Formats: sequence, C-alpha cells, structure tokens
Amino acid sequence: MDFRFFCDILERMYTQGLLDSKSDSSVGIEPEERLRRFQARIDAEEKIEPTDWMPDAYRRTLIRMISQHAHSEVVGMLPEGNWITRAPSLRRKAALLAKVQDEGGHGLYLYAAAETLGISREEMIEQLLAGRAKYSSIFNYPTLSWADIGAIGWLVDGAAIMNQIPLCRCSYGPYARAMIRICKEESFHQRQGYEIMLTLSRGTAQQKAMAQDALDRWWWPSLMMFGPSDKESQHSDNSLRWKIKRFSNDELRQKFVDATVPQGHHLGLAFPDPDLAYDAQPGHWRFGAINWGEFRDVLTGNGPCNRQRLQQRRAADEQGAWVREAAIAYGEKHSRRSPP
Amino acid sequence: MTEKHMPLWEVFIRSRNGLAHKHAGSVHAADATMALQAARDVYTRRGEGLSLWVVPSDAITASDPAEKDMMFEPTASKIYRHPTFYKVPDDVGNM
Repeated sequence: MDFRFFCDILERMYTQGLLDSKSDSSVGIEPEERLRRFQARIDAEEKIEPTDWMPDAYRRTLIRMISQHAHSEVVGMLPEGNWITRAPSLRRKAALLAKVQDEGGHGLYLYAAAETLGISREEMIEQLLAGRAKYSSIFNYPTLSWADIGAIGWLVDGAAIMNQIPLCRCSYGPYARAMIRICKEESFHQRQGYEIMLTLSRGTAQQKAMAQDALDRWWWPSLMMFGPSDKESQHSDNSLRWKIKRFSNDELRQKFVDATVPQGHHLGLAFPDPDLAYDAQPGHWRFGAINWGEFRDVLTGNGPCNRQRLQQRRAADEQGAWVREAAIAYGEKHSRRSPP
Repeated sequence: MTEKHMPLWEVFIRSRNGLAHKHAGSVHAADATMALQAARDVYTRRGEGLSLWVVPSDAITASDPAEKDMMFEPTASKIYRHPTFYKVPDDVGNM
C-alpha cells in the first residue's frame, strides 16, 4: 500500500472512541503558548483533527455551526417533501425524491462531523426539538406552488453552494471533508431547480407568472441566508481568524447576487428590487436594502412556518421512537446470541 | 432524552476493482446488517462503490496522533530505504 495513502487512512480514522483518550500533546504548556501554536497551525493551513488540542471557543463555534447546518439539511426536507406527491411528472418526481434523500444524507454527514467534537447526535436532535438550536431561517417560508420547488433549487441551493464551497477549505478536517462530499452533490440540486424555472418561464403566461411569483417571494429570504451584515455579525471575526469561514457574510452575499442576477435575466424574469443595478466599475450588481426586521422576526420564531416545521420534526421523532427502540433491542438480542 | 444511543460504525468503500477499501465516514445503526444498509443509503447514492465494510467504531485501535513524531520517526531518518539514496551510473539506464 502506498505510504501516503496509508497515512491518509490513519489520519481519517478518528472515531468517537478516541475522544476519550488522554492524548493531548500540549499538557503542561502555558495557555498562551498553546493558543499561539494552534493559531500557527491554522495560519500554515494545517487541518485541525478531532484529537488535536483546540481552544474551547473553537470547539463551541464548530459545534454550533455544524449542528445548525445539519439541522438545516433535515428541516429543509420538509418544504420540498411537501411537493413530492404533487410533482407534475414522473421525471420531476424522481428528481425531487432523490434531492430530498440527498438532504437527509447531508444532515447525516454533518451530524457525524459534529459528533467528532464530543456531542452526540441525540443531544443535537434534542436541542433542535426543544427549540434551543437554530436552523436556516429560509425553511420557515412556505412552498405555495410547484414553482417554489424550482426557486428553492435555483436560489436556496445556489446560496447554500456559495456558502459551502469555501467551507470545503475549513480548518476543521471532518467538516471540510463532509463539505466536499456535499458540494459535489449540491450542483445537481441547483441545476434541477433552474431547469424547473426555465420550463415555467418558457411555458404559458400563467406558468411564467408562477415562476415570477416564486422569485418575488424567495429572492429576499435567499439574500438573508448569508446572515447579518458584517457590521452586525457577532461571530465573523473569530471564524475568519480560525479559518472556519473564508469570506464574510457580505462578501458571499455579493458573490451570490453577481452570479444569480444574469441567470434570472436569462429566464426573462424581474427581480423584486427597484434598486438592483449594474455597477460596471467594480463589476458588481448593487442591490437594495435588506429588511433585517423580517430576518430577526423569522429567526426568533415568528416566521410563517416556524411552529409547523418543529411540530413536524417532533412528530417524526415521536412516531419513529418505537422503531429505534425495536432496532436497538433486536441488535442487542442478536449480539447476545452470537458473541463476536 | 432517555433513549439508548445507537452504536457507531465506521464505513469503508472499495470504489473500483483493484483498489483498497477507503474510509468514507460513519453511521449509527443497531446492528451490522442495518449498518450496512444505512452505509449503502448514506454513502453510495451515486455509484461510489463496489464493496462496503462496516466496522464497530470501538473495535478500531488507532495510533495516538499526539505521539506521531515518535511513532513515525524511523521513516524520516532512514533515507537509505528510498531508491534515490543509491547511485547508479546513467549509462546503466533505468533501474
């Protein structure tokens, strides 16, 4: 076996059991020196792995980010799952099913990445169900028509990709590796959404109006997905210094607008922003003021679907409890009969 | 939550014939059969593999990354293990 390949496997083989080990090379070193060495590793673009020493704030930031991200994938299955039975053709239905299944898979990769930091999946899910954990606010908006499935794929997944591509280079190894996998799979999501929008835009007047209505409702919430502006954001500074994030919220938002506006014009649709204008000198699309009051409202639980989404997650958890219990009981009985 | 935790399994995938199984991630499942099914659904939705292994995570013994310098030191100092350490005249050709 190739030696580097072997090292790669060893390095990737961090399991939860290892978290209990007492491996800490920096025992006995002054806290400032430990922090300095940690930052030096980050600055040298080294990946931080689960058993490496890390500041508590780094660990907490990552647990918060990765678990929110995982919850977003899982809650994100709800608005789209709403349309599986009503997709307009078998082709659309098969694609939407595959996409929703992907979102579930992404949630699982991310829960696994967060678990390497010493929190269990059960704990994270409990935080979500108790309303203590956040998920992306975008999923608190309803999917009122089939065109919304197109708009979600094109805009929401488009914004997610813009956020996620730099996360593939995140300083925390397990998160970066999960993101690489997720990004590979997301590009189908965005393309299937854009194809839906394109078909509607080239269809009857009524179909084009549906597409326009979906763009009108999803555009601003999509811009809010990048989070508060840099002036307001509480988390950006540390996250950038630790190379958890590579770009600020406003930088990513601008990239998204620049990439998306020409795509919308290609559809022949109008963006619901009278201030949207091309600024040729730096080559950016300038957009109007975001309604941050709405953002905070949805974030604090008063969006159109916050209560419904959590109720659905709680019901799924409660109704699935007997399956999990039966599976564990079966597994235990099985292992008693045939000791390893 | 009073529920028992689902055991954790590490997933390895052989992507092509002739290649080794490579670590892909982990899944929670109550037993090996269910772990294999979960691994199939979570890690091979796009033809990523020809063969899957699942191993109980707590069955893996790993080297301690904190001791990697000592553990792997011999590979750094024994340069005579590499072919380039030995001089062969050019006119002998490739060896």
